[in-house]
Amino acid sequence: MPPGRQTGSSSASVVSEFNAQIREKQYSGMSRRKFLNLSAASAGGLLLGFYLDSSSEDLAAAHHFQPNAFINIRRDGAIWIYSKNPEVGQGVKTSLPMIVAEELDAAWHDVTVLQAPVDAEKYGPQFAGRSSAIPDNWDMLRRAGAIARTMLVTAAAQEWGVAAADCSTANSEVQHEASGRRIGYGELVDIAAALPLPDAAAIRLKGRNQYKLLGTRIPSVDNEKIVTGTPLFGIDTRLPGMLYAVYEKCAAVGGRVAAANLETIRAMPGVKHAFVLPGNGKVNQLMPGIAIVADSTWAALRAKSSLKVDWDESAASNDSWAELSTKARNLARNPRGERLLHTSPGIERAFESTAKNLSACYEYPFVAHVTMEPQNCTAWKTGDSIEIWAPTQIPGSWGGERFSAFPFLIEDLGFARENITVHMRRAGGAFGRRLYNDFVCEAAAIASRVDAPVQLVWTREDDIAHDHCRAGGFHALRGGLDENGTLVAFTDHFISFTADGTNPVDGGAITGDEFPATLIAKSEISQSLLPLQTPCGLWRAPGSNVIAFAVQSFLHELSVEAGIDHLDFLIDLLGPARWLKPGDARSLHTGRAAHVIRLAAEKARWGVKREEGRALGLAFWFSHSAHVAEIVDVSVRNERYVTVNGVYAAVDIGQIINRSGAESQVEGAIVDGLSAFLMQQLTIEDGRIQQSNFDNYKILRMSAAPPVEVHFIESDFPPTGLGEPAVPPIAPAVANAIFSATGRRIRSMPLAAHGFRVQ
Amino acid sequence: MIALNVNGSRYELDLDPATPLLWTLRDSLGLVGTKYGCGIGQCGACTVLMNGSATRSCVLPLSALAGAEITTIEGLADANRGLHPLQEAWIALDVPQCGYCQAGQIMSAAALLARKPHPSDEDIRVAMAGNLCRCGTYGRIRKAIHSAAANSTQNQSGE
Repeated sequence: MPPGRQTGSSSASVVSEFNAQIREKQYSGMSRRKFLNLSAASAGGLLLGFYLDSSSEDLAAAHHFQPNAFINIRRDGAIWIYSKNPEVGQGVKTSLPMIVAEELDAAWHDVTVLQAPVDAEKYGPQFAGRSSAIPDNWDMLRRAGAIARTMLVTAAAQEWGVAAADCSTANSEVQHEASGRRIGYGELVDIAAALPLPDAAAIRLKGRNQYKLLGTRIPSVDNEKIVTGTPLFGIDTRLPGMLYAVYEKCAAVGGRVAAANLETIRAMPGVKHAFVLPGNGKVNQLMPGIAIVADSTWAALRAKSSLKVDWDESAASNDSWAELSTKARNLARNPRGERLLHTSPGIERAFESTAKNLSACYEYPFVAHVTMEPQNCTAWKTGDSIEIWAPTQIPGSWGGERFSAFPFLIEDLGFARENITVHMRRAGGAFGRRLYNDFVCEAAAIASRVDAPVQLVWTREDDIAHDHCRAGGFHALRGGLDENGTLVAFTDHFISFTADGTNPVDGGAITGDEFPATLIAKSEISQSLLPLQTPCGLWRAPGSNVIAFAVQSFLHELSVEAGIDHLDFLIDLLGPARWLKPGDARSLHTGRAAHVIRLAAEKARWGVKREEGRALGLAFWFSHSAHVAEIVDVSVRNERYVTVNGVYAAVDIGQIINRSGAESQVEGAIVDGLSAFLMQQLTIEDGRIQQSNFDNYKILRMSAAPPVEVHFIESDFPPTGLGEPAVPPIAPAVANAIFSATGRRIRSMPLAAHGFRVQ
Repeated sequence: MIALNVNGSRYELDLDPATPLLWTLRDSLGLVGTKYGCGIGQCGACTVLMNGSATRSCVLPLSALAGAEITTIEGLADANRGLHPLQEAWIALDVPQCGYCQAGQIMSAAALLARKPHPSDEDIRVAMAGNLCRCGTYGRIRKAIHSAAANSTQNQSGE
């Protein structure tokens, strides 16, 4: 669509955005590489290495100092730090560069953060998931900063003719204390660029007590762009001559196009192309559908609403949540499922010698991801190459066939790997949805047939209808208490789903050592899987976000049955302080667990009785190497109107990188988990998800969002990620509080389905 | 031709009068700060000011805009005085997580402050009820609105 005739001031945003992308490309066109193995063992025991750019001559000629792929120091003193992973709201575009800047001793105001190009050879795996960016990159990024700092010190020492050991660094400067001389990093660029890389063994990393930047509050580096509406997100991508596409798929997954009124569609205003894509039948790649390409998003949307398709549903899903629930509840009558994942010898007899036994079935529905930015992707095929701008959690080939778009781009569309360029764009939320690159595959397939750049945008209705949902599930739980009220026998029969007849759907798995099995004398974890066609996917803190609800609610039930205070019951269950997987510092440590539980209790004034109808609820969960306890203060009026007065969170993730970001992740995860617990559910009938948009699929609004207090237990343990682990405890904490306030036990989500209203 | 006043500039556009303002801003004028979230006026990501009132641009056809003054997030900062106090507060308090809804949040808050320079928590709850944040930044949004209100007063009293 031609831009309107402008009679006022000019708007140059389209051009500047395009230029910015071209510049980004130039940044990524770095010089030849050589691999340096830095031989630093990561927590996972793997050798870390990264490519260090280029020969010294090249760098000197370029007037900058780029000792590795993460750092580029300019003669004018500007320090560019590349952030390797996608930014989806978890804060890594700020926190990862902070780690580099700390060891570099760079003043943060000198730092410009740039999104790194997608290049696994230089950066290793680049993805957003598993709350792993911080722990996986901690050692490598610290070393990247420390190497550069060491070289700058050497450069200054040479310049001054003094010993490097007599020099120190701070605020992007090298100082020589004895003579009082100081020199900015920018002035050392030419000398440093000509130096050999230092011996890996000579690199010294700081101790926690030496940190100046880590642990402070640093606002997100993209804040100014966000609050001024500067182009930033995937959907903001604008390219010269770009066309706009929508893609219509069968509401029941697996439906194929039998016939459609494509001639009518092609004749509609603004429509340039309308065609059928047969797809390859893989829900993570390309399902059959109809592409409409137009000269504006609105023209494409209007044509989509006029589309009449005759779907062949012979192979389509006819999933019914009502039927599946009935089947699952029948299976749940059996405390043992068909797949035994862990069982203690004599588990059945154990329940015969207990003082009290308790059984309960907990269940939860499907929910959607509903990222605020709907799925979208821009693709441009030129000759035998394709360039892609995507707000995705997995922009590269990491994750293979299950997640990445690369197998499809290579095998189905025929692009050579070296002819595929993917640009990471900020994603407006992800929560696991953007681990699946179906929208990228669709955009690439459409762009492959159009002689122009194409932006594919999903409507919100598309986004919900074709989500990779958080699967519903059912837990048949049994607990046995001895005469002291100690939990001595526990079984969990988890009923979930399978798409391939063998493996659980994504997010529907459980392990034999799931909490609290390994803490109890006799335990068993088993699973049954029901066939399902509806696509399922990982959803923020997969597995944990729902297993915690079942297990931590049930533990509260058991404490009540035992007549023991919930907090004491949990602390007793954890037992002596130890790693649950000996030698694995990323496993649950019962002492750290007890510590966060006690801290949350202290902050919430646990044990202080509230007025009638008001109570506290507690839950703990360990996931993604983080120990999190949450206590919720709830009031219930007229046995129906629920107000969450406040939430107290205690979190142990070792060291804190960015205090503002860390608190923000906890605050947000609590609102997110509350939203799901209080009001969210998808229902499925005739293979179709019955909810469609925010009018019938609700998200918590400001009016119901509680104040959240976040307390960290900081230690010298290496830092772990915080995008996910604060989600799991919130649902059981609220359910436990409602029980304490009303005597009603909530054994299924969402709370709204029990007649409660949230205020 | 349809005439449109956006951020102090006048545009004449040859578009279907049924086209929602949202897509006109994004696709025709290159103003992509206003976001698409639901298309049915439920999420608030597309909020702009129409004659100073917070309005959902995804359900606002061009035909309804005759003579209206539209302000988008790109036009909120003052050419002379710089960022709006809300924008400054949003940065200082590090409100955004993913950031996608924040332009809409800020526009709703701007309409509130223009009408009521010192809003109570309840005023904020009512004014912001139409804006969803999937990341859950509501607590910081509330704080940032109060902070901007306080800073605006200080600036005014200093002038």
